[in-house]
Parts: sequence; C-alpha cells; structure tokens
Amino acid sequence: MFDDLRDLYQEVILDHGRKPRNFRRLEDADRHAKGDNPMCGDRLELWVKLGADGAIADAGFQGRGCAISMASASLMTETVRGKTQAEARELSEKFRGLAMTGTCPDCGAALADEMERLQVLGGVSEYPSRVKCATLPWHTLNNALDNRTEDASSE
Amino acid sequence: MDGAVLAPAFDVERIRRDFPILSQTVRGKPLVFLDSGASAQKPRAVIDTMVRTMETAYANVHRGAYHLSELATAGHEAARAAVARFLNAADEREIVFTSSSTAAINLVAHSYGRGVLKAGDAVLISEMEHHANLVPWQMLRDAHGVELRIAAVTDTGELDLADVEAKLADGKVRLVAITHMSNVLGTVIPAGPLATLAHAHGAKLLLDGSQAAVHRRVDVQALGCDFYVFTGHKLYGPTGIGVLWGRMELLERMPPFMGGGDMISEVSLERFLPAPVPAKFEAGTPPIIEAIGLHAAIDYVEAIGMPAIEAHERALVDHAMAKLSAIEGVTLLGHAQDRGGVFAFTLDVAHAHDLATLLDRTGIAVRSGRHCAEPLHARFNVESTCRASFGLYTTKEEVDYLAEALVKAREFFS
Repeated sequence: MFDDLRDLYQEVILDHGRKPRNFRRLEDADRHAKGDNPMCGDRLELWVKLGADGAIADAGFQGRGCAISMASASLMTETVRGKTQAEARELSEKFRGLAMTGTCPDCGAALADEMERLQVLGGVSEYPSRVKCATLPWHTLNNALDNRTEDASSE
Repeated sequence: MDGAVLAPAFDVERIRRDFPILSQTVRGKPLVFLDSGASAQKPRAVIDTMVRTMETAYANVHRGAYHLSELATAGHEAARAAVARFLNAADEREIVFTSSSTAAINLVAHSYGRGVLKAGDAVLISEMEHHANLVPWQMLRDAHGVELRIAAVTDTGELDLADVEAKLADGKVRLVAITHMSNVLGTVIPAGPLATLAHAHGAKLLLDGSQAAVHRRVDVQALGCDFYVFTGHKLYGPTGIGVLWGRMELLERMPPFMGGGDMISEVSLERFLPAPVPAKFEAGTPPIIEAIGLHAAIDYVEAIGMPAIEAHERALVDHAMAKLSAIEGVTLLGHAQDRGGVFAFTLDVAHAHDLATLLDRTGIAVRSGRHCAEPLHARFNVESTCRASFGLYTTKEEVDYLAEALVKAREFFS
C-alpha cells in the first residue's frame, strides 16, 4: 500500500526518527535556540557547545515532532559536530535547497560528504507540506548561531 | 420501530455523482475525501448557480435602479430568506451575512462585546472551542476589561455542565459562547439545557454552528439560543460567506461593527445614522455571488432532507466508532454520547503528519495538526492528531478503507 513512500521514509529516517541521536540537553551550551512550527506542532530545543576555536564542539536537541523533523534534527546534530560556524551555515543553506528541490547542485564542491549523508531527506521535496518539517532544525541552528532569542519557525 | 418514521431513501452513490471533484483520482488512487470538517466539496448545483449568476444576473446590490442590479439584489435577498428558513429564524432580517463564521463571531465580540458588555462582565467559553471562538474573546478581554471564563470538558469529551453552572453562579457572565459541535471531538453539546442554564443566570447564548449546521437540522427558536453562526463553505457552499443569526432585540441594541457604504441610512461629513438591521452590519459590497451560492447549497441539502443526512451520518459515525476503536494502536479523542462525523485520533507508532502523508498516498485526505484547537489538544495532552471528518457523500466503504490503511500504516512504521 505504501511502497512508493520508501523514498521519503527511508530506513535511515525511520531509525533516526525513532531513536534520535544527541537527544540531550547540553548543560554547558554556548548557544541555544528553540524552534516551533505551531501550525503543525513540531517543536524542538537546540543546544550548541563551541570549542576554543569557535567551531561546533557538540550539539544536542530535545523536542517532539514527526519522524521527518526528528530525523532531520538528529542527522543535523551529527553532521555539524566539528564544523566551523561558517561551515554549519553553509550546510544549512545547502540543506534548505536540497529539501526544496531534491537536488544539490553544489554537492560536488565543499562539504560533499556531509551533504551526501543528508541526501536521505531529499525525498521530502516531493511533499511540499512536509518541507518545513525537515528545515525546522536548521532554521533553529541558524538562530542559535546568531544568538537570536525568538523561536525559529519554518512555517 | 414503533411509530418511527423511516428516513427517505438516501442514495449515496447518486449524491456522489452530484459532486464533480469526487470522481477524481489522487496519485492514481480514487479520492477518499475525509476532510469535510475543514471545508466541504461543492455539488454541481452550487457551481452552476454561481457561474450562471455571473453570466446572466450579476451587478452590485442595493444600489442600481437598473435591471441587472435588481436581479442581483433579488437573488441576494432570496438567499437571506433561504437562510432564515434553514435556521427557522422568526424574521429574515435577523440574518446577517458575513464573510465566515470567524467574521460573525468577531462581529459579536466587537459589537455586542464592546457596545453592550461592560468592564467587569464575564464571557464564558469552553475548553473545546475552535480558535475562532477563543481568540476574539481574548482580544475583547484585553481591550475592554471583560473577564473570560473557560468551562471544562470532561475526559470523555463532553461539555462539563456542572462546571458551566459553577462558572455562571455569581451572575457575572453575560454571554456564553460555545461550539454547538466540536470540530475535534465531534461532541454535540446539549444546546437546550445550556440555553436554559445560561438564561437562568442572566446570560445570553451564542452557538458556533460551523460544524453542527452541516450535520443536523438547526432550529434556532427551538434551541433557545440568542446568537447562532455558521459558514457557507462547510455546508457545500462557497467560501467567503458566513452567517450571523441574532435575536432582533439584541441586534438592534448592538452598534455597527464596520463602517462603510450600505450600512448607513444617512451620512454627512460630521456624522452618520446607521441603517436598520441587518444592513447596519453589512458595510461594503457584500459577497453577492457567494450568498447566492449558499442559497443553492441550502436548497441542495434541503432537497435531500436534513433528517436523511443526519440518519446517514449517524450510521456512518456508529460504524466508524466501532471500526476505528478496534484498531490496535489507534486512540480516539473523545467518546461523547451525542456526536457527529468528526474523529480525531492518534496512532501509537506515528506522528500525525507522517500518518497523514501515508494516508495521502492511498488517496485519503485527512487533516493533521491541532485543527485550530490548540488548548483542547493540550487538555488531552496530545501534541497533534489526525482528523477524519465526514460529509453527506461519505460512504461506509471509505471508512473501511481508512481503517485498512491505518492497519497498514502501523505495520509500515513499526
């Protein structure tokens, strides 16, 4: 009945959705932001720990939401660890392009490996109402890095 | 069936043929439209009437002394008369056209709320209100110093009448504004006893009939309420048209809400005199084609018969209740005794959005989220739900198909 949905709900996504990685509050976080899509009820809180060099030493999140948003947050926290803030912003930009179009024209360039890992979420582009679920964690990351205090939203 | 009158034959297949959109496929599957509670589909009769109006009988109303304007005005006012009959209003001037239920409630909150209620008075709503019957009262509270009280909903999803009574006891509540049928729980509230209770404590009663008016016969005089609102697009009519019914003596006491053309009887640069009810509340060019479309929708459901529609839907609700509650992992929100064809549910292994996406792949359209009732979801401690809602064209087979898809969805996510 749902065979063609395996493009969207790949095993990786279902796995990360069920058992999100880095699902924890960082008590000593340097950056913090909340994301909220009130219309649909996806909600998360993100903590980022910066290293002495300003790069992202650790990232953790907690929240409630659909499998897409939880998997996206989980994959994001894994992907940005060890990246500079500039790289994290670049990933965020590229990821939003991927979620909206399903393709990643720049992926052969910098951060290619990271984008390849995130490619599993590209299927969401076929579901316009679900793109915002995948991008909410990244909007939240941008807010955290910018030290913005208002809730991020992708609705 | 001693003394029972058999409902007229209700041929759902014939009815479905009246709705052009229902014959389409979605992603290669027949459309199973279970989101009529958000907005219902339109029968050919409504579509044709609106097109014909624009092609042959359209001009602005209440203005021109020429043939087309007279035709349009007659059509617009015939719609008012049809709505008055539909609600059994005592006087067709008690029918005020608005753009939606939301606009109708805002009209009352603004006009009755600021023009008649005083600071220190209270308004009572319930935990199961749509945001349209919550936020306007919060705005009134913040702007006008009117207290807002909230009546509880029981764990089974019924309006807690004991709590209503307790909140009315000090006599400060001047207006009770409650949904006639919950857009999430399907609960139909006991309107008669509620009206008696409100009146006994000196309060007026507004019923939000956005859901209820679609599913059963509404007789505002028999219900005993003071205001009733509903919207065209859930009643198989167009968007952009809503109705406020109010008792004449209340409407006459209320100041105008919006100012503009058509709502005055006299105007100079210094002052204006408002027009009589209902024009007083209908500033600007009204939704003319939409009112005529609503008239066609009312004619359509009345030709089938509201009792027949209610009987069909009651059988569907009983069937859905049995079918859905038997599925492992499915939890229904609310088990009210008296309910309409609205079912909000959760599936243990999937978030509402994931589930809605899966169902969409099978051709099933359900709504997911909080259905403009965020406090009610908080009350039942759920983040979001999927909601299947029925129309007069919904079939038993569609309910079975939904049940089958839910079982398969659970397998998919487990």
